[in-house]
Amino acid sequence: MITLDHITKTYNKGQFTAVKDISFEVQPGELFGLIGPDGAGKTTLFRILTTLLLPDQGRAVVNNFDVVKDYAKIRSCVGYMPGRFSLYQDLTIEENLNFFATVFGTTIEENYDLVKDIYQQIEPFKDRRAGKLSGGMKQKLALCCALIHKPAVLFLDEPTTGVDVVSRKEFWDMLKRLKQEGITILVSTPYMDEANRCDRIALMQKGSILSIDTPDGIVKAFPEELYAVRSSQTHSLLREVRAYDGTDSCFAFGDSLHVTFKTGKSQDLLPYLKSKGQTDATIQPIEPGIEDCFIHLLKG
Amino acid sequence: MPTVITTDKLTKRFGAFIAANELTFEVEKGEIFGFLGANGAGKTTAMRMLCGLLSPSSGAATVAGFDVYTQTEKIKQNIGYMSQKFSLYDDLTVSENIRFYAGIYGMSIPAIKTKTTQLLEELQLQKEAKTLVKELPLGWKQKLAFSVSIVHDPSIVFLDEPTGGVDPVTRRQFWDLIYAAADKGVTIFVTTHYMDEAEYCNRVSIMVDGVISALDSPAKLKEQYNAHNMEDVFYELARNAKRKAD
Repeated sequence: MITLDHITKTYNKGQFTAVKDISFEVQPGELFGLIGPDGAGKTTLFRILTTLLLPDQGRAVVNNFDVVKDYAKIRSCVGYMPGRFSLYQDLTIEENLNFFATVFGTTIEENYDLVKDIYQQIEPFKDRRAGKLSGGMKQKLALCCALIHKPAVLFLDEPTTGVDVVSRKEFWDMLKRLKQEGITILVSTPYMDEANRCDRIALMQKGSILSIDTPDGIVKAFPEELYAVRSSQTHSLLREVRAYDGTDSCFAFGDSLHVTFKTGKSQDLLPYLKSKGQTDATIQPIEPGIEDCFIHLLKG
Repeated sequence: MPTVITTDKLTKRFGAFIAANELTFEVEKGEIFGFLGANGAGKTTAMRMLCGLLSPSSGAATVAGFDVYTQTEKIKQNIGYMSQKFSLYDDLTVSENIRFYAGIYGMSIPAIKTKTTQLLEELQLQKEAKTLVKELPLGWKQKLAFSVSIVHDPSIVFLDEPTGGVDPVTRRQFWDLIYAAADKGVTIFVTTHYMDEAEYCNRVSIMVDGVISALDSPAKLKEQYNAHNMEDVFYELARNAKRKAD
């Protein structure tokens, strides 16, 4: 449904490379995630795929249309929710939705089924201007506007950034339902924990793809043994574990540290920590998460 | 332990809407205090009152020993503030930004010079002193923004979602800076949407619909809510929130 073939884009007359030689495919009906921090190149890819930006090199195809030659056809069959809120602040909820429906030559009624679940949550406020809405409500309205013409492909650029945990969960539940309607979704996020909600993900950093696979596949490819180390004094524990000469890498993960060791050095950690006064420290092998994998790939 | 923030039934109303409702809590010197809440729960309103930017409707509070009604200018001089949205001037160089903020806070020229050298060294940014801030990677900018926010040695610094958008390694390096500042006695008041970061705080408060619904150490909160991690605690408290306004 989406094909990128060696896409490169530079800014500032070639001085800054935003995305470098990116190739991947998204299958029809797939929920595909671009995961990475600011500056990874996620927004540039979205803008190329939605025909708002020309690539320097490479080819990209969306719904069988070339992003350069067939740009007009792509624009009528995709929905795009940019990272920055871009609806009309002075129009009400209902006016915004009507506007987008009209621009795409349809009506709210025609595709109401698709947006119904989401629209009903904001309908009580349909006469409120978009500029006066909360973050969560803006996000829902923007999604409705991107969906109202029943697009074949939906592009969502960081829809959950700055949104609290509860609203983020709700948003991903909405995406799951849209996927069941057969819509292909390309979504980006800086939150690594959201990767598990995608069918496949590309981990991105500084314009390049570090890895593409299913979330499970990425986790299975983690090449080292990972341990969780805990004690009642997490802060000083971090210093001690970093100082231990058998430690290969050590990062704080909430209430524990995730640690990899130089070969055969994991057994000696607890005696070392005891000698440093960390008497209640524990260690156990764990399965890595996406964030562990991302950190590992950054190192390599 | 001396307290740096004390609030007693601190309340802010906008007409009939109670944005922050009878907030009562204390933050100790050197503490890392996580200030969490759903979007629209009233965090920003509360922070604005504590920073001396918004006058409360009722209740009492002192920050760094100064009253939030009558001594707001004193508060502003004695706190640091950093947010992801507003921090440094892109079109000034690294050292110009440091000089600018230190000047705003009324530091003397010799003190600014000493501090600039010290900061550049700590951040290993000596070579970038004359680089425009907009040329720096986001992670460096954030570290610089944090250092600049405490350039005048305030007793407390307010960090509003300081780690948004950076990669997982840089995010953790940022917390190393927070720990280092807390070790020196700077009180840290931090908001975040990353629930693993809630675990790094000494104590965490969670606001729902204008009130503080929970306030304790992460370990005790998890025990109290029978939760595996702070995300579950947050979800349990915030999922029935009525307000979703920002």
